[in-house]
Amino acid sequence: MSRIFTPKVITANALIEGDVIYLAADDSWTRELTEAEVLTDEAHAQLRLLEAESRQAEVVGAYLADVKPSVTGPEPTHFREEFRRTGPSNYFHGKQAQR
Amino acid sequence: MYQYSDFDAAFVASRNAQFRQQVERRIDGSLTEDEFRPLRLMNGLYLQLHAYMLRVAIPYGTLSSAQMRQLAYIAERFDKGYGHFTTRQNIQYNWPRLSDVPDILDALAEVQLHAIQTSGNTIRNVTADHFAGAAADEIADPRPVAELIRQWSTDHPEFQFLPRKFKIAVTGSPNDRAVTKAHDIGLRMVEQNGEPGFEVIVGGGLGRTPMIGKVIREFLPRAELLPYLEAIVSVWNLLGRRDNKYKARIKITVHEHGIDDIRARVEERFALLRTAFNGVDQQILAGIEAQFAAPDFRTAPTDAFDTAYAEDPVFRSWADTNLAPHRADGYAIVQVSLKAQGETPGDASADQMRLLADLAARYGHDELRISHEQNVILPHVHKSDLPAIHAELEAQRLATANIGLISDIIACPGMDYCALATARSIPIAQEIATRFDELKLEHDIGALKIKISGCINACGHHHVGHIGILGLDRAGVENYQITLGGDHTETAALGARTGRGFAADEVIPAIERLVYAYLDLRTDRSETFLETYRRLGADPFKAALYPEKQESRANAA
Repeated sequence: MSRIFTPKVITANALIEGDVIYLAADDSWTRELTEAEVLTDEAHAQLRLLEAESRQAEVVGAYLADVKPSVTGPEPTHFREEFRRTGPSNYFHGKQAQR
Repeated sequence: MYQYSDFDAAFVASRNAQFRQQVERRIDGSLTEDEFRPLRLMNGLYLQLHAYMLRVAIPYGTLSSAQMRQLAYIAERFDKGYGHFTTRQNIQYNWPRLSDVPDILDALAEVQLHAIQTSGNTIRNVTADHFAGAAADEIADPRPVAELIRQWSTDHPEFQFLPRKFKIAVTGSPNDRAVTKAHDIGLRMVEQNGEPGFEVIVGGGLGRTPMIGKVIREFLPRAELLPYLEAIVSVWNLLGRRDNKYKARIKITVHEHGIDDIRARVEERFALLRTAFNGVDQQILAGIEAQFAAPDFRTAPTDAFDTAYAEDPVFRSWADTNLAPHRADGYAIVQVSLKAQGETPGDASADQMRLLADLAARYGHDELRISHEQNVILPHVHKSDLPAIHAELEAQRLATANIGLISDIIACPGMDYCALATARSIPIAQEIATRFDELKLEHDIGALKIKISGCINACGHHHVGHIGILGLDRAGVENYQITLGGDHTETAALGARTGRGFAADEVIPAIERLVYAYLDLRTDRSETFLETYRRLGADPFKAALYPEKQESRANAA
């Protein structure tokens, strides 16, 4: 039996700012993980990743990141993704300060 | 200080113009990221976790006040108002926009700074003793030689695609403050029968496979430096493992072939190369040396210092901890700590940078240094000016009296910024510094180097920390391994792992147990942590770190 596909989002860094961004269902890029399209089907996820990677004049390094669903939208499963969506933890600056 | 020649200025300007066009082509989509990445890395531009990061070289750690002021301007104009000084005498900007980077590079060129070869598989920024030209224990100023190496290695056509990065450090003092034994090549200035030369150390390095460098040549006459360096790098360039990036550094080549085999190959190559160097390098070196002439030290009474030292306990504590002996009478070397307890080690705000520039211009013969320990140095200060300097530093929270103490921690950026990191390092440093400040134990503990890395690449030099801390990702949770007994000086040693790692919330209590064990075990205040460790070995410290093990052993018995 193949492994169960866990929910994912597509994330990357914006070309100009380098800021962490996520692919939304309407093909726009969002700065907020909660607005990202959650991918639950592996074949669809691979297709979306190819589409994201082809937008190389907008983003850098697109990849699939694991998430878990919650009432407020997708949440990271790994601490690296938690820092990516929040910003540095040494003091309040970066993404968290721009909200 | 060295001033760019017309050739230098034209070279940097043309590189900046090229990169401006490359950035334009990346933004308009004509270059893919795969095509652009090697180009941006050649110019020190990384993409990190949250943003781009620009690494700017501070050659041999030396800055003028005008350069420091420009670094402050760039921080404010193009970044978030601060810069981060690194363990290899660079400054990193953590938040530049790609489209601004060409302007930043032009702003740097205005004050003769650049980001060339701060990344990629090239010879990187040449580092030197941060007390160079000032230290009382110095044989000679290592910076002219470091500048010569920079000119030789910059855009060296044979060395632009090396098997891996290559780092050189130079010290002119027997007390090694440049970590020469943990560099690909370490140069120690020595004398033999009155003739100046170098002890050449090769194959040191930290990272995944830490190694202490080995002596490849006990005495190399000064005039033969460049052909000998070129021989080492070219032997490794052919021999180095390009099949496996983890085995590509020269330390592995030396380890696999043995130092005797490498020495024989280098000498053979050197015999060919030395004839190709016809003395032009020595003429250039003489010209560089003239530009590093010592400032005109003044002779003046030190009454102001003596009075403040006698009457002001805060000033006295700072003077005892942060000053180092200067070679000129009446002068001191001032170490300005960028480690105020709770702050990010190595970060300086634009305001702090401007104050340091002003102090250097007014009191410090216009010179500043950046240490590999992420602090700033005013190398030439007359003692009578110290009370005024201390007061101004206090106003910008730069007067922390903790150089060499437990809160003077080296920490890499870790997962708060770095894309390679496996765990955070800065918050661990912040918590250790804050905790021991609360306990008011710092000065009682005395000399103790804690060094923290957030991954095995070891930018935080954890292997050579008296206490080293390495952050790892263990099944999706941050976990910290502790090593003990490392030493970054002329008696360099790698720390030994103590045992299982600690969860993030267990690290500070573990360090506390270690420190209390040391305070109990030391013969008296004069015995440092490292000396106690060397006298007693790891066992009593392991017992303090892992009390549960002792308990289970006792229960089993």
